[in-house]
Amino acid sequence: MIENRPFTRFLTHFVLICGVIAVALPIWITFVAATHDELRMNQAPLPLLPGSYLWQNLKQTLFGEGLSGTEQAPVWLMLLNSLAMAMLISTGKIAISLLSAFAIVYFKFPFRMTCFWMIFITLMLPVEVRILPTFEVVANLGMLNSYWGLSIPLIASATATFMFRQVFLTVPDEMLESARIDGAGPMRFFFDILLPLSRTNIAALFVILFIFGWNQYLWPLLITTDTSMTTIVMSIKQMLEAAEQSPQWNIIMTTALLAMIPPVFVVISMQKLFVQGLTETDK
Amino acid sequence: MLKRVHFPSSPLPYLLVAPQLAITLIFFIWPASQAFYQSFLIEDAFGLGSEFVWFENFEVLWSDSHYLAAFWRTAVFSLLVAGLSMGFALVLAGFAQRAVRGALTYRTLLIWPYAVAPVLAGALWVFMFNPTLGIFPYFLEFFGIDWNHYLNGGQAMALVVMAAAWKQVAYNFLFYLAAMQSIPPSVIEAAAIDGAGPGRRFWTIIFPLISPTTFFLLVINMVYAFFETFGIIHAVTQGGPGTSTTILVYKVFNDGFVGLDLGGSAAQSVILMVLVVTMTVIQFRYVERKVEY
Repeated sequence: MIENRPFTRFLTHFVLICGVIAVALPIWITFVAATHDELRMNQAPLPLLPGSYLWQNLKQTLFGEGLSGTEQAPVWLMLLNSLAMAMLISTGKIAISLLSAFAIVYFKFPFRMTCFWMIFITLMLPVEVRILPTFEVVANLGMLNSYWGLSIPLIASATATFMFRQVFLTVPDEMLESARIDGAGPMRFFFDILLPLSRTNIAALFVILFIFGWNQYLWPLLITTDTSMTTIVMSIKQMLEAAEQSPQWNIIMTTALLAMIPPVFVVISMQKLFVQGLTETDK
Repeated sequence: MLKRVHFPSSPLPYLLVAPQLAITLIFFIWPASQAFYQSFLIEDAFGLGSEFVWFENFEVLWSDSHYLAAFWRTAVFSLLVAGLSMGFALVLAGFAQRAVRGALTYRTLLIWPYAVAPVLAGALWVFMFNPTLGIFPYFLEFFGIDWNHYLNGGQAMALVVMAAAWKQVAYNFLFYLAAMQSIPPSVIEAAAIDGAGPGRRFWTIIFPLISPTTFFLLVINMVYAFFETFGIIHAVTQGGPGTSTTILVYKVFNDGFVGLDLGGSAAQSVILMVLVVTMTVIQFRYVERKVEY
């Protein structure tokens, strides 16, 4: 800090603390709602301080009947589905874009630029805008209600390919020269030199993609009709609809809490990688 | 582009790009071209046959007052979301970079809404503003405001804007903070010696220097508000009451999957694609070429 005036220091922290409170308030209210019983959650001024029903709510949400009046898969199964989808999307994206970036940077072959431009186009087409025809393709391939249908259409992405291309371009040429003198083939070079060199970039990208995959909503909503394939993020919507008849807000908010814990945990615990990944993929 | 030293031509690179190209072709290029093709077709009422009608679907859209209204609504919605979340993030980042020692702690406390799925953000806000039970309507009543976003279109819009902006604050904050921390301290010190106070320094030095970031964030936030807010709208208002929160992405989904108007929905998809491509091109052209003074 340049000057040290007590008043500006106080103002700085005051504004920041107000900001943190404003940002955290929705989450706090969710947490409070998850710690009360159903009766308390139906009386008009809702509590602002936590109660003592957290474990009971967690037990009922995770392994109990779930919400009455809805036909839903158990919450632990939906969490597993979400995890599977997020892992498939993030590892799949990383694997295919590592390979294609490697080919584009390190090989000279006919149609190299054509391939590059075809991948580049996908940068511009989010799944929301081509939703209906993509749905038809997946339906024709018989991939509805499967992990493949949930993840593969979301796997292709230009951003990851671009990022790895950027990383590979910074690897000094001497690396390849010396590897070739030592008799290493392309795949040996890829696995023994390029992969270890881009380890932190892979980790940073993984954090971003995990959140991206976990938070998918519209696509799983269309692709899954079987309740055993629903993801946790989708289930909130059905619960909100059911809440109009039987408002079990304690259960709904416990589910919401469970649905946001994994990605929030990933962001907080890998903050440095997360920030790196965010600034690298978008810029 | 290509390394100076590279491997000789062989079948291997084709194998390496094959997975990504296959997925791109099957799930991106083919569906997108289908959307183009379908946007020129009109299906009959029973879905048995379809007729090639050139630009009729687009003409219908342009003369459809509902669609034009949705267009303007989307523009207003995305500007409000971008303005609100960027403004809030700018203020917080401006103060956070002053609190040198606390900056990292505040960053940790502010970034996690990024990880919350849009539909969950919607659920949290709809719970807080539930007309009969929610906490905010309870307090708003003391000010004589009768909150019911199921009936009042303006309030419904305010609610989705708040939920969407809340989720995006974290992202904007991160980029603003990084931009401000990369300004050389000597510039700001020089201004302080010349007698510029904190407010003056912010507006005449820091704010102009981070204008490239502001522009970049504006594009990113517009794209976010256009496409990724589907979950929020679907969870909070379902486009209602009436059509007061039906934005373009929601309309594509609604007309295509609920209304089963394939041609019309495809035409809307095509218009959206053109919009995304324009925004991406703007971003690439102008973000690289820095906004300078």
